[in-house]
Amino acid sequence: MRLMVLAVATMALAMAAARPVRADPVVADLSSHLIAITTGFTGTEVLVFGATDGEGDIAVVVRGPEREEIVRKKERMAGIWIHGASFRFRRVPSFYAVAVSKPFNELAPQQVLTRHQIGLENLRLDAGGREADPNYKTFANSLVRLKQTDQLFPTRTEKVQFLGNQLFRANLAFPANVPVGTYQVEVFLLRNGEVAGAQTVPLVISKIGLGADIYMFAHRDAPIYGAIAILMALVAGSLAAFLFRKV
Amino acid sequence: MREAFAARPPAWVAMYVYLPVAEISVNVFVILGMGTAVGFLSGLFGVGGGFLMTPLLMFIGVPPAVAVGTEANKIAASSISGVMAHWRRGNVDVKMGLVLLIGGFAGSTAGVFLFGLLRAIGQIDLVIRTAYVIFLGIIGGLMLTESVRTFLRRRRMPVGAKVKMHQHTWLHGLPFKIRFHKSRLYISAILPLAIGFLVGVLAALMGVGGGFIIVPAMIYLLGMPTSVVVGTSLFQILFVTANVTFLQALHNHTVDIVLGLFLVLGGVVGAQLGVSYGARLRGDWMRALLGTLVIAVGSKLLFDLVATPSELFTLAGAARGH
Repeated sequence: MRLMVLAVATMALAMAAARPVRADPVVADLSSHLIAITTGFTGTEVLVFGATDGEGDIAVVVRGPEREEIVRKKERMAGIWIHGASFRFRRVPSFYAVAVSKPFNELAPQQVLTRHQIGLENLRLDAGGREADPNYKTFANSLVRLKQTDQLFPTRTEKVQFLGNQLFRANLAFPANVPVGTYQVEVFLLRNGEVAGAQTVPLVISKIGLGADIYMFAHRDAPIYGAIAILMALVAGSLAAFLFRKV
Repeated sequence: MREAFAARPPAWVAMYVYLPVAEISVNVFVILGMGTAVGFLSGLFGVGGGFLMTPLLMFIGVPPAVAVGTEANKIAASSISGVMAHWRRGNVDVKMGLVLLIGGFAGSTAGVFLFGLLRAIGQIDLVIRTAYVIFLGIIGGLMLTESVRTFLRRRRMPVGAKVKMHQHTWLHGLPFKIRFHKSRLYISAILPLAIGFLVGVLAALMGVGGGFIIVPAMIYLLGMPTSVVVGTSLFQILFVTANVTFLQALHNHTVDIVLGLFLVLGGVVGAQLGVSYGARLRGDWMRALLGTLVIAVGSKLLFDLVATPSELFTLAGAARGH
């Protein structure tokens, strides 16, 4: 680990030194651009590191692939709990985590945080025009709470550490149930309460191995998968009958 | 991948397998054990066991939709050997089986589409659970009263009372009469079509073979001779569950091959044990025991429906990255 940090620091330093004249104000990269989820996957960490062209603060926002989420509320009807009212949220990041070098209120003014959706409170949840609905807040909060329970919106804000005043690094943690897809790691350089520079680094998370292959097969070639399921059942059933008849 | 069981003592006990479609990791010994236990009961009583296995799968954290789709697949596997054995002995009324099957295909196809629709509006779990509470309550209640009655009857009179098999009711006055030679019946096709349809819907929605409905219906409603009832019902169940497997895999992606294989493995071993033990045990006591078990599973499901949940909100992703 220490060796890795050293290597990363050297790389970052080299990047900072080799900066061309009209450089980007912030340069960042990840220790790995691909997370492979195998059967025994229990979560992982990815290091984000980089350099700035001077003083400033860093905020890192990790967003998983967006998808539609439906939040339903259970209501009691005739003694049993059934799904009642629901809200459909469009383009919700399947994963959302933040790392910052300073507390949010010292980082930048609220409107900057809101504009760039830095921090969970500033994540925009698009309910397809129902944002004015009196129940919107309850459902949006429930969406965040359920995502937090699933560890997909980590409650912990990671710390961005500076080495000197130009090199920075932060650890991004991904839980075992992290959704697959292409992630965007956005690195913001904040200076004097404004975004002075930004860079987005993609991160691919994909399942590999037999389990992933079966899942893909079941979804992509559903008719063949179904036929194979039947065939396997029939073969297994007849084989078992045959074996036990001999005993 | 959530883990269905958190506590994991020694390493060999904690042999986990990832179910790719259910998207959870489960202990190999838990699903093999469940498969064997339910297989044992099916061997003992000659029931399919779907009505026990599907709720058990839900209890260990398999999504209800996947439990239903996969259990249908398993029933296809466990009924094939029965069909072959009865076929050899000539105990399948093919004509009756085909009429039932026409109804069954229509019913299971309608059931799978209904399933998809209910899933889209977020009510499938509720419908599956409620259907189970109702059916388990009825079956368990009938089994218990039946076993209590035979127990009392045995005390009063040593010889079993004769039951009148063939009664003529308004059901025999319906049109579209067909002659079923093997069953020695001349009845309306509407009745077996309707029975097949109902069982097909249940197979699609609940992941059961439906033997517990089709067998009594064949005996009491159709008046078929008992010699062909089991073979013919298995014939219908085999093809209906195969159809459910295919359609569930096609439209709802809820068939887990890995889970299915483990269930078949446990089920086959359990059924053999059940058949060999069945001869030695007293029927009415075992029926009472099974009835109690069925009632217990139903009560647990009912409790889950009625008890105030700790989290009132649920989350469902509409698009699953495919």
